[in-house]
Amino acid sequence: MAVSPHAAHPAGDGRLVTVIEPPRRWMPLDLRELWDQRELVYFLAWRDIKVRYKQTALGASWAILQPIFGMAVFSVFFGKLARIPSDGLPYPLWSFAGLVPWTFFSQALTQSANSLVMSQNLLRKVYFPRLAIPIATVLSAAVDLALAFVVLVAMMAFYGVFPTTRVVLVIPLAALAFVAALGAGLWLAALSVRYRDVRYVVPVLVQFWLFATPIAYPSSLLPDNWRVLYAINPMTGVAEGFRWALLGANTAPGAMLAVSTVAAIVILIGGAYYFRSMERTFADLV
Amino acid sequence: MTSNAVISARDVGKRYRLGDAPVSDSLRDSLAATFSRVAGAVTSLGRAERDGDANTVWSLRDVTFDVMQGATLGVIGRNGAGKSTLLKILSRITQPTTGRVRILGRVGSLLEVGTGFHPDLTGRENIFLNGAILGMRKSEIVRKFDEIVAFAEIERFLDTQVKHYSSGMYLRLAFAVAAHLEPDILLVDEVLAVGDLEFQRKCIGKMGRVAGEGRTVLFVSHNMAAVRSLCRSAMVLDAGQIVREGDPTECIAYYVAHGFQEDASSWTRPNDSGDALVMTRIDSRVSGHQPRLMLELDVTVESRAPHKPAMVAVDVLDAAGVALMQALPSVEGFVACASSAQRVRIAIHLPPMIPGQYFATVWLGAHFSETLDVAERAIRFEVHDTPTTGRSHHHSPDHGAIVPLSTARCEPL
Repeated sequence: MAVSPHAAHPAGDGRLVTVIEPPRRWMPLDLRELWDQRELVYFLAWRDIKVRYKQTALGASWAILQPIFGMAVFSVFFGKLARIPSDGLPYPLWSFAGLVPWTFFSQALTQSANSLVMSQNLLRKVYFPRLAIPIATVLSAAVDLALAFVVLVAMMAFYGVFPTTRVVLVIPLAALAFVAALGAGLWLAALSVRYRDVRYVVPVLVQFWLFATPIAYPSSLLPDNWRVLYAINPMTGVAEGFRWALLGANTAPGAMLAVSTVAAIVILIGGAYYFRSMERTFADLV
Repeated sequence: MTSNAVISARDVGKRYRLGDAPVSDSLRDSLAATFSRVAGAVTSLGRAERDGDANTVWSLRDVTFDVMQGATLGVIGRNGAGKSTLLKILSRITQPTTGRVRILGRVGSLLEVGTGFHPDLTGRENIFLNGAILGMRKSEIVRKFDEIVAFAEIERFLDTQVKHYSSGMYLRLAFAVAAHLEPDILLVDEVLAVGDLEFQRKCIGKMGRVAGEGRTVLFVSHNMAAVRSLCRSAMVLDAGQIVREGDPTECIAYYVAHGFQEDASSWTRPNDSGDALVMTRIDSRVSGHQPRLMLELDVTVESRAPHKPAMVAVDVLDAAGVALMQALPSVEGFVACASSAQRVRIAIHLPPMIPGQYFATVWLGAHFSETLDVAERAIRFEVHDTPTTGRSHHHSPDHGAIVPLSTARCEPL
């Protein structure tokens, strides 16, 4: 019988057959096993959400306060003082439309990068597909994204900006942000098991990434031929896409979105394989 | 491969690089190591291979065995013999370096109870979370929910955060969830070493029933009494290899005869608490054979402020924490205040005791009423052999733990 290492599948009589062998350099992703354990992913995400705002006075409102504070700071410094253009839209609304997916991305990235080290007890004591941990973390951050999105809709109503049918594209755009956060998170999480330095690198990386993304400024500030290259950062496509789909900003993000999508998928697939190839060392190293 | 074996392991080995397991390197170390490798390659070719061998250790080597459907196999061996590594490989937490294992059926492992419990969640929430982590489906947890709650006896605290639970309640809940996992093969590690006696019995009963239902149980333990009562076959691991397998009574006898039993344990102060006179470390050793067992304790003490001359007392407790006896050794000249650390060497002649786990609490004080330092249940030790040589004796704590030396003689009247 040809079986891959660690694969579990039903035998002729319906019982599971598990074959345990030394790891190979390249481990298959084994998405089927992950799918079988989707309830575990759900419970881990549910735990993260339940625990995140326990014993905080403001509770889940932190999910919306973070991008609101960001918007206030950006509006004063970049909007008022530096007079950065905002595609002809009110700067606060315009920057908030970028900050909502950005806050999701930065939270998801930070938390998934640390997720394995935080779960070291589990890694040492129970077997389950390790990918479940970072995936659950990013999922739990997505709940905050949904909350912040409600505030964004309220702000649009306040500024009298009404979306067109393009609004449905917010869902694939959010999915793109999810793929980007998970992809980068997988790389960092796998690295963090061996190198605890990751914990200190992530805040710096996130800060750098913020300024490499058109959140406080529009990508139209860049020369046209540079913009496509700039979109290798998947969050560029997400931020410009959000403004285009929701606010009708004339960012024409078609080419940028294509580049961002390809980049995000490459990061995710690479991250997933890297994660799997490092996975065998997790229990011994963490 | 034997056809009705549910676990067949062939030449399974696991190699660890020394220093790999507990410490994770930082990026700087790794860069430094890369640099020195490059530099080293220039100066001394070939040293890398020799270093490679010296820096690795086989925690399991060429282990081959079969476990049949419905077997209850006890795995015994001293610390570091490879028992835990074997369990980790079988439960897929870590991967072997060599060999191959084929497992038929769903595996559930209890390497530690309460894995994944979150202190901020309630008992109810933790049942679902922990169940999912152990591999149960939500529908399965819902179905067994009431049973789990009843088994754990925590009905009233179901909606209380588990951080407010007593350690006993926490443990009962954790075990209850794990015990309701219904795998085809159950891997158990030392879970029974925890909890009060009543609860331990409940756990042994539950595991016995699991085995009775035709499931396969692999049980790793230091608790010889539990292995004896639970397992129908056993194997002894030493230095990563199987040195004996077969009948559990024979394996236990072999284990005890070869002095494999864990006869040393130590305690170090977990935090920097303490007052004028503190114990920083206790090393213990059990030597001899019943009925002449000797418990030796080396206690390292430090005087951190002026204090009265101190004396020591050692309580010996059973696994449930009930004090059985107190040793009051006379210390020559007492423990005087000193500028450097001192070692107090205590030797206790234990009376004949029934096999099982025991604890020792070490107390330091002055005038019996003034406690200077106390290390509660700091030392765990185990009594393996029978206190009544020549008599097979059902070692149940129902009639106490100490078996005084006694004689009986028949005389014609």
